[in-house]
This record gives sequence, structure tokens and C-alpha cells, in this order.
Amino acid sequence: MGRITLDKVTKRFGEVEVIPPLDLTIEDGEFVVFVGPSGCGKSTLLRLIAGLEDVSGGQIRIDGTDATAVPPAKRGLAMVFQSYALYPHMSVRKNIAFPLRMAGLSQAEQDRKVEAAAEVLNLTPYLDRRPGQLSGGQRQRVAIGRAIVREPAAFLFDEPLSNLDAALRVGMRLEISELHNRLKTTMVYVTHDQVEAMTMADKIVVLQAGRVEQVGSPLELYRAPRNRFVAGFIGSPRMNFIEGAEAAAHGAHAIGIRPEHIAVSTTEGAWRGRVGVSEHLGSDTFFHVTGTGLADAITVRAGGEVDLHHGDAVFLTPEADKIHRFDREGARIA
Amino acid sequence: MATKASRSAARLMISPAVILLLGWMIVPLAMTLYFSFLRYNLLMPGMEEWTGLTNYRFFLTDPAFFDAIWNTLLLVGGVLLITVTGGILLALLLDQPIWGQGVVRILVIAPFFVMPTVSALVWKNMFMNPVNGIFAHIAKALGLQPYDFLSQAPLASIIWIVSWQWLPFATLILLTALQSLDSEQLEAAEMDGAPPLKRFWFIVLPHLARAITVVILIQTIFLLSVFAEILVTTNGGPGTASTNLTYLIYVQSLLQFDVGGGSAGGVVAIVLANIVAIFLMRMIGKNLDA
Repeated sequence: MGRITLDKVTKRFGEVEVIPPLDLTIEDGEFVVFVGPSGCGKSTLLRLIAGLEDVSGGQIRIDGTDATAVPPAKRGLAMVFQSYALYPHMSVRKNIAFPLRMAGLSQAEQDRKVEAAAEVLNLTPYLDRRPGQLSGGQRQRVAIGRAIVREPAAFLFDEPLSNLDAALRVGMRLEISELHNRLKTTMVYVTHDQVEAMTMADKIVVLQAGRVEQVGSPLELYRAPRNRFVAGFIGSPRMNFIEGAEAAAHGAHAIGIRPEHIAVSTTEGAWRGRVGVSEHLGSDTFFHVTGTGLADAITVRAGGEVDLHHGDAVFLTPEADKIHRFDREGARIA
Repeated sequence: MATKASRSAARLMISPAVILLLGWMIVPLAMTLYFSFLRYNLLMPGMEEWTGLTNYRFFLTDPAFFDAIWNTLLLVGGVLLITVTGGILLALLLDQPIWGQGVVRILVIAPFFVMPTVSALVWKNMFMNPVNGIFAHIAKALGLQPYDFLSQAPLASIIWIVSWQWLPFATLILLTALQSLDSEQLEAAEMDGAPPLKRFWFIVLPHLARAITVVILIQTIFLLSVFAEILVTTNGGPGTASTNLTYLIYVQSLLQFDVGGGSAGGVVAIVLANIVAIFLMRMIGKNLDA
């Protein structure tokens, strides 16, 4: 079981309030991703749950019992750190066995669990190596191994993939998702990468300056962002925002339209502009269209093999039902 | 150093330094070796003659020689034990965030800047003196008999004085090592259920292993040749109670005017130092491999 409830949790460093009172419930077995720009307090929030930082106010409950004052080791949570935090002088086997050894398990029991974990994570051939002799992805797996042998109530991941190269990151993303499907244990995952959030999460928590901007499934956030911040943060490339007369025509202070919801044509359309930079990805092409008089540049997605070049005149037509409207404060107009 | 030309240029460039250092070492070594086979007494100038191994036989059968060896080992071992243990504890304390950290750290390093003769004299006259020393005053204030450290426990007193000088060095090296420990490792260990003492034993101490090795190696080199502290405090006495090998060689060649015997002692000291070095490298040198 791993149901984590945050009740008016507050964190202050001296005078600075990093996290204003915050309520959040993480259900048992859920994969929750905290996402937000750097400095938004997502890592602090994770460390509060882990018990590595003391809360300044409020209560943290794990499976209904108050864990606010419980030391980290007793909370039954396991954490994977950004730097992996492997113990460099111990072999992989000893690294994974460390929490079991601290818990006072017998040697035979330790061996059994370590080998089972190594099997799951494809680490068996490396058990007697030192962390220094492993690649980044293997180190990451050792860190995960050290977490799973404890059979925790919940896993906490602190930007675990940010030290890996792009290809490995995609692979590890899948592995972690698969691990979650198999273990069905609660996972709390912190990242600044909205792609990781979208692909892995059951539930995304978007944070800004310590405040929860929106909580919901990836598609909920994509379809109905509650404000301009969430709208701009979720989705790649980011949403185009248009203010002024065009927005006023829709009865809003600003309207937002995603690049994939704009049709491109060389002959006719609602807005006229010129092709600026174009990014050819093979499957898609992203055009930065300038000179529309609406915004500095509007990003549009077109098919992979569209024959448009720098300086060509194009017409853009937004899909009417995909336009998001926001008021002066940035809140969504339903 | 990619090309052949740059490599030979590099050799040419460093050769003056290498030749100078080599000469600096070879010339005195060769002269010591040469003197050790001579009957060379300062009281009988111009009477030097070849005596073969006689000097070695006299030096190695001198009962003072075995005392000196034993004292040297005790001195090196005792100081290492005190400075490494004390250094780790002090480094752990200094690593805590405290008010006035910068000043405290400078104060801790200060003893290292005091020259050995001065610090030994300060300890001898202001602390350990049985009449005027501060320890004697404290003892008298408590109604106890003052303890004459330098004649009752001469070697222990010298070990203490030398430890006081070297403790800052050990502390400094260990403190920098401690500061390079990734705090996430400690947090991970905390999450893994390791209480503070186990975190120290399983994470901090192994992390410090290499720094401890460096401290032991460097200090051993200097501690084998402790001299000034003995000269200004006990003069090696009472008897040979605080005579180490270096001091014995000094006594032989400059107090007994027997340069030949002293040189033989010097060669013996070189051999012994190398044996110690080999043992040290064997025991802890593997810590230095990356």
C-alpha cells in the first residue's frame, strides 16, 4: 500500500516561503509526475515526502498514518537520486544489498533478493563490478535495484534521467514505466521535462513557484489546461499565444492554439505570414511563421514532406474548436 | 605530448631540473656511503683510513641502536594514530556549519605555521615545565604533585608535541576530502536505513580512505626524521628513553665526533626508511590507484 496525502504542507527556508500550504493526494499504485520549471519547488516537495527535509507546517500522511515526524528510513519509501548516489567503494551487489544489510537480513536472504532484483534489471553480469565501471544507464538501474529490494510503499524519483543521453533516456523511460506496470507500486517522479511527464504519468502535477497549477491526467492537461502557464508548459512545441484584436474577436484577453491544430496552405487561410526557420524532423516539419502581425512568430506543424522554404508566403487556419481562451489573469475561459 | 619532436623537447626542457635534483641527492648520498667505510674522527683530523665494515658493526651492536629503532617506530606510530583519529574527528566538527567558520579554520591550521623548535620550546617551558608550566600550576591548584612530563614520560611528551604540530595538517587534508563527499550519498544511506554511526562507517570512512593514505604517507616521511623537538626538549634522554634514529646519528657524529660511525648510521637509516616505505606502499598504496 502506498497512499500519500499532503495536508497543507508548507516549507520555508528562513523568511522565504518555498512551498505555500499545499494539498495533494497520491493514490495507491499511481504514477504521479511532478513537473515544472527549475526552481518551482518540485524537488523540495519530493524531499519533504521522503523526509530529507522537515516540513514547516502541515501534515504528511502515508497510508493514513501521520508520517510528518517519522525519520526517512522508517517511512517505507525508497528514493532514486539524480546523481544515482551509488556507493563508489562497494560492488553492485553490495550497493543493492545495503538497505537489506542495514535492516539486518540474513546473508542468504540478502543474496536471494539481490539476485532477484538483478534478474529483473538485467544486472546479473555486473554484480561484482564497481559503480565506476558501469555506464550511465547501468548505474541508473543499480540505483533502481537498490530501491526495489526494499519493497517500499512508494518509489520517489528525483530527475533520474537528466544525466543520461537522449537515446538512453527514452529507453530508461520505457523501463521505468514497465517496472511500474509490473510492481503496481506508487511512484512519485520529479522532472522538468514535459515529455517525460506526458509519456509516463497517470497523473501530472504541474508546479510553479511552489503552487500546484493543475493536477490531472496527461490528456486532461493537454486538452483543458487551466491557465496560460499550464497551457504553455504542456505540449511540444509549446502553444502559440495571440493577444490583441484577434483575441478580442474570440472574447478573450489572449487565445492559445497548439502548432498541431493549425492548418497550413499556400493558397488560402485565415492568417497570412512568411516562413521563417523550418525544422525538418522527417515525420513532421515545424515552421516558424513570421509577419502575421499576431505574434512574433507562430509555430505550426505540417507533414513531413511539405515543400515550403524560407521566405515563402503561407496561409494559416486554426481549428476553431481547438482554440483555448484566457482572461487577463491568464485563467481559462470555459 | 603527441609528436616525437615535442616529446624530446619536453625531455630537454625538464632535464636541468632532473639533473639538479639528482645531483642534490647523489652527491651527499655518495659522500655518506664513502665516510661510512672510513675511520673518520673529528678529534683526529687527517688520520682517516679505510676500515671496511667496522663502523657498521659498532653501530648495529650498540644497545642504543635498538632503543632508537624502537623509539622511532613508537614515535611515528603514536603520532600517526593521534593525528589521523584526531584529524578525522576535528574535520567532522569543522564540517558542521558554525558561526565564524573561516576564523575557526585558520585558528586550527595555525600550529602548522609554528616552527618545530619554537613549538617544542613553548611546550617545554610554558606547559610541561614542572615549576612554571601551566600543567604544574593546574596540578598545584588542585592540590596535586606537579608531574615532570619530560623526565617521567619523555617519549610520550614528544609524541604529544609532534602530534600537536601535525594535527592541523591531517585535519586540513581530511576536511577537504570530507567536503568532496556527495551529500546525496549520505541521504541515500539515510533512506536506506543507516543510522549516523553506520553512515560514518560505511560511507564517510571509505570515502576518506584515500586522504588518510596520503596523510599517513606524507607524515611518515617527515616523522622518521623528527629531530628539533628532541634536541630542544629532552636531548634524547633520560638515557636513551627519547632517542630516535635521527638523534642517535647526531649524537654519534657530532657529540662523539665519530663521523664514520654517524655515516654508517645514516646509511642504516636510509635502508630502514626504504623498508618502511615498501611496507607502507604494499599496505595502503593500493588505495591510491584510481
